[in-house]
Amino acid sequence: MKSLLLPPHPKERRVVFQNAWTQGYTPDIDCYVKHGGYAELKKALGMKPEEIIDEVKKSNLRGRGGAGFPCGVKWGFIRHDDGKPHYITCNGDESEPGTFKDRYILHNDPHQLIEGMAIAAYALNVHLAYIYIRCEFPKAAGIVAKAIEEAVAKGFLGKNIMGSGFDIEMYVHQGAGAYICGEETSLIESLEGKRPYPRIKPPYFPAVLGLYMSPTIVNNVETFCHVKQIFKIGSDEYAKMGTPGDGGTRVMCVSGDVVRPGPYEIPAGGVTLGELINDVCGGMKPGRKLKAIIPGGSSSKILRAGETFKMKVKGPDGEMVDKEVPLLDLVMDAANLAAAGTMIGSGGVIVMDDSRDMLWALNNLNQFYAHESCGQCTPCREGVLWIEKMTTRMVNGEGILQDPAILKNVADNIAGRTVCAFGEAASWPVQSFLEKFPEEFAVKSH
Amino acid sequence: MSATATTAEPKVETSVPMINVQVDGEWKQFPKGTRLIEACMKAGSYVPHYCYHPALSSPGNCRMCLIEMGTPKMGPDRKPELGEDGRPLINWSPKPAICCALEVSEGIGVRTNSPLVEECRKGVMEFLLINHPLDCPICDKAGECRLQEFSVEYGHDASRFEDNKVKKPKHVDIGERIVLDDERCILCSRCIRFMKEVAKDDVLGFVDRGSHTSLTVHPGKRLDSNYSLNTVDICPVGALTSKDFRFKMRVWFLKETKTIDTNCGTGCNILIGSRENKIHRITPRENEAVNAYWMPDSHRLNYTYNHREDRLKAPLVKGSSVRWKDAITAAGDGIKAQAGSQTAIIASGRMTNEELFLARRLAKTLVTDLIDIRPRAQKGDGFLVSDDANPNTRGARLLGATGATPGSRLPEIAAGIAGGSVTSLIVLGENPLHCGLTETDLSKLSSLVVIDILPNGATKFATVVLPGSASAEKRGSMVNVNGRLQRLNRALSAPGEARDDWETLSDLIKALGGEGASSLEDLFKQMASETSALAGLNFGKIGDLGIDLKS
Amino acid sequence: MDTHAATSSGPKQADQIPADLLANIDEAVTHYPVSKRSASLPLLHLWQNHFGFIDASGVNWIASRLDLEPINILELVTFYPWFRQEAPGKTIIRVCRTLSCALAGSYDVREKFCKAAGIDPSVSGHHHGPPVSPDGKYSVEFVECLASCGSAPVVLVNNDLHEDVTEADIPNILNQYAS
Repeated sequence: MKSLLLPPHPKERRVVFQNAWTQGYTPDIDCYVKHGGYAELKKALGMKPEEIIDEVKKSNLRGRGGAGFPCGVKWGFIRHDDGKPHYITCNGDESEPGTFKDRYILHNDPHQLIEGMAIAAYALNVHLAYIYIRCEFPKAAGIVAKAIEEAVAKGFLGKNIMGSGFDIEMYVHQGAGAYICGEETSLIESLEGKRPYPRIKPPYFPAVLGLYMSPTIVNNVETFCHVKQIFKIGSDEYAKMGTPGDGGTRVMCVSGDVVRPGPYEIPAGGVTLGELINDVCGGMKPGRKLKAIIPGGSSSKILRAGETFKMKVKGPDGEMVDKEVPLLDLVMDAANLAAAGTMIGSGGVIVMDDSRDMLWALNNLNQFYAHESCGQCTPCREGVLWIEKMTTRMVNGEGILQDPAILKNVADNIAGRTVCAFGEAASWPVQSFLEKFPEEFAVKSH
Repeated sequence: MSATATTAEPKVETSVPMINVQVDGEWKQFPKGTRLIEACMKAGSYVPHYCYHPALSSPGNCRMCLIEMGTPKMGPDRKPELGEDGRPLINWSPKPAICCALEVSEGIGVRTNSPLVEECRKGVMEFLLINHPLDCPICDKAGECRLQEFSVEYGHDASRFEDNKVKKPKHVDIGERIVLDDERCILCSRCIRFMKEVAKDDVLGFVDRGSHTSLTVHPGKRLDSNYSLNTVDICPVGALTSKDFRFKMRVWFLKETKTIDTNCGTGCNILIGSRENKIHRITPRENEAVNAYWMPDSHRLNYTYNHREDRLKAPLVKGSSVRWKDAITAAGDGIKAQAGSQTAIIASGRMTNEELFLARRLAKTLVTDLIDIRPRAQKGDGFLVSDDANPNTRGARLLGATGATPGSRLPEIAAGIAGGSVTSLIVLGENPLHCGLTETDLSKLSSLVVIDILPNGATKFATVVLPGSASAEKRGSMVNVNGRLQRLNRALSAPGEARDDWETLSDLIKALGGEGASSLEDLFKQMASETSALAGLNFGKIGDLGIDLKS
Repeated sequence: MDTHAATSSGPKQADQIPADLLANIDEAVTHYPVSKRSASLPLLHLWQNHFGFIDASGVNWIASRLDLEPINILELVTFYPWFRQEAPGKTIIRVCRTLSCALAGSYDVREKFCKAAGIDPSVSGHHHGPPVSPDGKYSVEFVECLASCGSAPVVLVNNDLHEDVTEADIPNILNQYAS
């Protein structure tokens, strides 16, 4: 990845990526230990589990998988001494279109992930952990499995880790090509060897009835790496890198029509959308103008060049004032993107220029969702394929006048009514493309 | 197994804590543990649903039961804020929720009839129909199909779907008794869950994914469990159909009679679906205390004997058809010609209590104690096929038609006939050749009176044959293996001149100088007054679901 | 992939399990001390890595190894597009179809790969298994997001990810796997 080969942009701060692409850095354990690896695990093993969870809470780390749930709060759901087995599972099923950060960590710095997971395992009283890696990262599975073997050999995993008396078994589990497995309860079903149908919540919240119906924490690859970094940097310092409520750095993955696409690790709220596209990524391709941005993975609602958002921002005296914020001045953190009606999600920013046809782009995403709907529940199974059939027909020039209205209504009938968040993920693009670019859909239907 | 055949008294309501739930604006109480969907329906707010079944796990996949839900609004003291009526104020969630998987919890509110709920139902209905073949005119489920039912309220008058429907396998032969149409299937997974959770034969599953997901049986395997037809019953649409019933009859023409199965001692509660005095299908009827919602295929398909051409239709004396009155007289005279103690009675564990009571009275009238039934021990399946193939051994024992070991007196009867001390035999619904007697024995008898529905190898030896009624043709009661008293109801009328067996027995007893009965209710009253286990009961009190007898 | 000779009509895979595959399967099952059923996916991967695809005997063998009903395994094989029930080409070319790659020309890339491999590009592999070149050397298919959107378009050839693929790279890539 070219961007990682370049020196960090001044807006960047490489924390989880600090070694991933450093010249001469290798994924083996000796290199990791030489760079101070497993010192944080040792530190954590000297703490009480609840102190570790408190540190994670103080760091304001939010999950990096897409939903953005505060990590420490999630961990706090686990009752340490409830007498039940607990599990952690790393979600390395990265497959939200526009998101591409896990491979670099898994390939180049696997021990960072393993250390973060070992800290979590100790904090959550977990003795069995799985790393779920999508099969489209075939090499990553081998690299991580080898890293686990090394860690066991060195006593960082296995029986009585680092003399603490605590045991951790850890294994790699490969997926088999299903976006739905990124949904944590689907991932759990997949790990149990069943059809990966997401579970209904309630009652099957993973922290209560997760893997093998026991309390389970599922975190993203990047999230576990941040855990390790919190103990290296200190939770206060770590939190300060970000904004209140969204601590630390985030890997922003920029793709599409910019000069320098790539993953950029930037403090949460550390750039505006404009800075990200024009400074960090070198702007739009020559001769092209910005048309649209999907800011947080394909499921997040699209934003249109030139639009502005009415939102409350901190005024000069510290009090909140109403302000109209132009698109490119949007600060890239969870709160601001939510205020703009979309989300930071998994950090996947897809940029499209003025040569792009929005109906074509939406149809591309609809094809993705139609292919990936697991088919368990009615609205998603039937609705998402219907949507795809409609936009495919429209792309083929056979749209009819009612199509845009029906599209919107079908998406409305899916979102919020399905077993899992896939329903929203598939509907939000439809709803937002239609809302933001109505003229492009009206023209295609006659 | 989820069918609980319990003899325990239901728990006293007050021992279960009651939970307050607001349903459509009214506060109601439900026992803790009640599923929310059941609570709504108990409160009179029907919630349409496809995948939910009370005896199966809740996958929550059909999304038809979406409702609006709210939790009690909490004050700063973390206690519920109360409204003017002293009831908790409710924080309504903006997102609809399914109510099939949740249990009631204190202070929650449910709206089952709001505009949002209606919109949700309409949305789900439309989704379910876009890829559905809409072939109701040729579908066996028509008339009792949930898609049809809910379309009436939540369907659209015209389809907005302009594209091609998904194609899936049709007419799939997935088992001995079942045909699958995948295009009709709405993927609710009821059948899969039934086979896995209840029948314990995990052969059904979904293959492929998304909109192309299809129900299938594993290649090389068959849906041949003796419970397979229950999947047809619980299929909310016409995806699974019974080969036996396929294209035979529109369901709305069927007269449904609530009765019980008599193929074994379980006494599954059933509905007999008949038209013009012909049975077209038998389906299980819900009874938590007996068979839950299920029944064995072998039992439900065993009905064709009712319609056999060779049914006994007229009374016969020495092989010639006579009037009933003459037949009874001939039977009575034949029996009276022998000493009472020389008469034996082979009764049946397939007879009703009322008939067995009269058989016992017949024995008393004749002053003989040679009465027993034919035992039918078998290897049950540990579920609904009982170890006793007789449906009413318990009743026979209770009424003195047999002893602790059914059939133990049959050798004595055989020996008596062979030795000449027994010269008269009355056979009620059994083949004496299966009860230890030989043709030689039968030919020795001076009097052989038979009440039965079909001829058998012994019929030709009978001096008098009195045509009786099959279990689908009569009223009466039976006691199942667990001591539950249940009622038979008449679905068909008996063929020809065949009569209710109790009437025949009553007439025969009168011909022999004993006391008869004027009606089944009267008969039950006489029986209850002479049988302590039935004290205080009458025929009506048994009800549709039966009652447990005190042991 | 060790063997591609087997086809769905050939000898049963379950009759030709080598010792090392058996050892790997035994090892994989130990990774799931709580429930053997969890080893379903790992066993399917090991099986497919060895045989190239999973035939009916494989489904039955794996089910029986894990004390499951065959339908439990068939449900997985048919759900996950990575698993195949037919033999693929010797070299499997997976072109990313999703938005960022499509913006960068992945539809052209797939078409060119198909043409270079001798496959009719109008045949999509989405629900019927990917098309295989007449010589059996290649199968070319579209897959959904390969999570390398920053170096689009990307192509996964067997286990190797090729980034920023242009039309000009295609002959080179095919040559790389020709031997």
